[in-house]
Amino acid sequence: MIEIRFHGRGGQGSVTAAEILAKAAFKDGKYVQAFPFFGVERRGAPVMAFTRIDDKPIDLRYQIYNPDYVLVLDDGLLNVVDVFSGIKDNTEVIINTTDFEGSGEHKVYDIDATGIALEMLGRNIVNTIILGYFAKKTNVVSIESLVEVIKETFPGKIGELNAEATQKAYEMG
Amino acid sequence: MIREVMTANKAVAEAARLAKPQVIPVYPITPQTTISEYLAQYVADEKIDAKYVKVESEHSAISAAVGASATGVRVFTATSSQGLMLMHEILFAAAGMRTPFVLADANRAISAPLNIWNDQQDSIAQRDAGWLQIYVENAQEALDTTLMAYKISENPKVLLPSMVCLDGFILTHTVEPVEIPDQEPVDEFLPPYKAEHAFLDPKNPMSIGNLADPDYYLEARHDMQVAMENSIEVIQQTCDEFAEIFGRKYGLVEPYKTEDAEIIFVAMGSLCSTIRVIVDQLREQGEKVGLLKIRAYRPFPVEAIDEAVKNCDKLAVIDKNVTFGIGGALYTDIKAKIHKEAYGFIAGLGGRDITPDSILEVYEKTKNVPEKEVTWIGLKEE
Repeated sequence: MIEIRFHGRGGQGSVTAAEILAKAAFKDGKYVQAFPFFGVERRGAPVMAFTRIDDKPIDLRYQIYNPDYVLVLDDGLLNVVDVFSGIKDNTEVIINTTDFEGSGEHKVYDIDATGIALEMLGRNIVNTIILGYFAKKTNVVSIESLVEVIKETFPGKIGELNAEATQKAYEMG
Repeated sequence: MIREVMTANKAVAEAARLAKPQVIPVYPITPQTTISEYLAQYVADEKIDAKYVKVESEHSAISAAVGASATGVRVFTATSSQGLMLMHEILFAAAGMRTPFVLADANRAISAPLNIWNDQQDSIAQRDAGWLQIYVENAQEALDTTLMAYKISENPKVLLPSMVCLDGFILTHTVEPVEIPDQEPVDEFLPPYKAEHAFLDPKNPMSIGNLADPDYYLEARHDMQVAMENSIEVIQQTCDEFAEIFGRKYGLVEPYKTEDAEIIFVAMGSLCSTIRVIVDQLREQGEKVGLLKIRAYRPFPVEAIDEAVKNCDKLAVIDKNVTFGIGGALYTDIKAKIHKEAYGFIAGLGGRDITPDSILEVYEKTKNVPEKEVTWIGLKEE
């Protein structure tokens, strides 16, 4: 089983990202589960979301405490919440940032998802973009399924643009 | 048939669509809200040919549901927590008037302190209303049970309303794969509802739910008791019919590795999934342990429980509710009806996460005989 934890702020689409990832992995033939950290969501407040992916039906019904992957949509959160909480030796962490200096203690990848978002979408929404980078880095999900689900989730022009931006992040991975 | 990734709330709305209700009076409340939203959308898109009644409160929603159902049409509604509390008075009327409709309850804690998260106190507090209550474990079971609930409630031997209880957030806001059946097999399984006995019809006027003086009231209540007893067989029958058409098997209870178990967990709802994983883990370590999932809480399936636990030494009953001064509701029912050494555990109130460690703690305590009959799991010490 693969467990993924998303960190973002209310309004950044972390929950949607967790669901898109689950739906894409489902298209790849996997069993999936995705859910938000159950709370009172407010725009701007730190939020979490979770995805589980497995080859057999998923029977776990509690939050993810020891993720295999952590995706951080907003590097401002690094000063606010412990995004490394409960991670394992081989956990990979992907952070949307331009100036992260890791201690080398954890396996951290950084991507300027905000840069891609501002350039291609015209606004700082990085939830699909970071998934593209994640797909390339980890092979947990196929880019084809990811792009399909993004287009289904956001019909029309927005979906097309998001799919392109996600593809670009994939190629940078 | 299609398979899609969706929340249990959407699965319930899909079931309601497939059941073809004619009237849907519903009032939104977290975490049920998306059920009412999906249904509003389906009605607007003409995917359901139903009257969607916008009401000003849950008390009105359930009153409209009873009124509509009393005219002999199929009715669906849904609520949660404080909404179900506000319905309390009319829940008894619905059962007493023998209106066989279905309500989905997104299980959520009760105020005070104010809490929007999951436990099962809301529906447990309605257990004496005369409703059937079935607790589900996942989104697929939520869909399937909603369909079955109509067939059970509308059975002339039952004619009592059903409550489908699904854990708030843990199921209502979690997406997972769900199989949505085609309309045709659903129509075959669940033909249109035809009220045969008492229903409101201008051509054949009658009153329902009127005054019953001491000469009649006792018999009316006894009829409900008989109907509840009848429902045991009807639930099993309906589950069997459902399995024949859709291939998914359900029952009054679901035993897991209970045959040779020395200790059996007893629980309801989504928690059973995690327990099953822990049972497998403990089995690998050589522990003889099993799980008995209770689906039907009302009627209380005493024979089915007896059969499943007959070989075990001890029961560990986990409740996401509390009846203050005595223990969890499921635990006290088990103690009253099942003659086994049983211990009660209160866990997960107000959304406290029930982790594998919580379940292992329940197991260890039960194995070594707990200090108290009822133990609260995860309680922070001062």
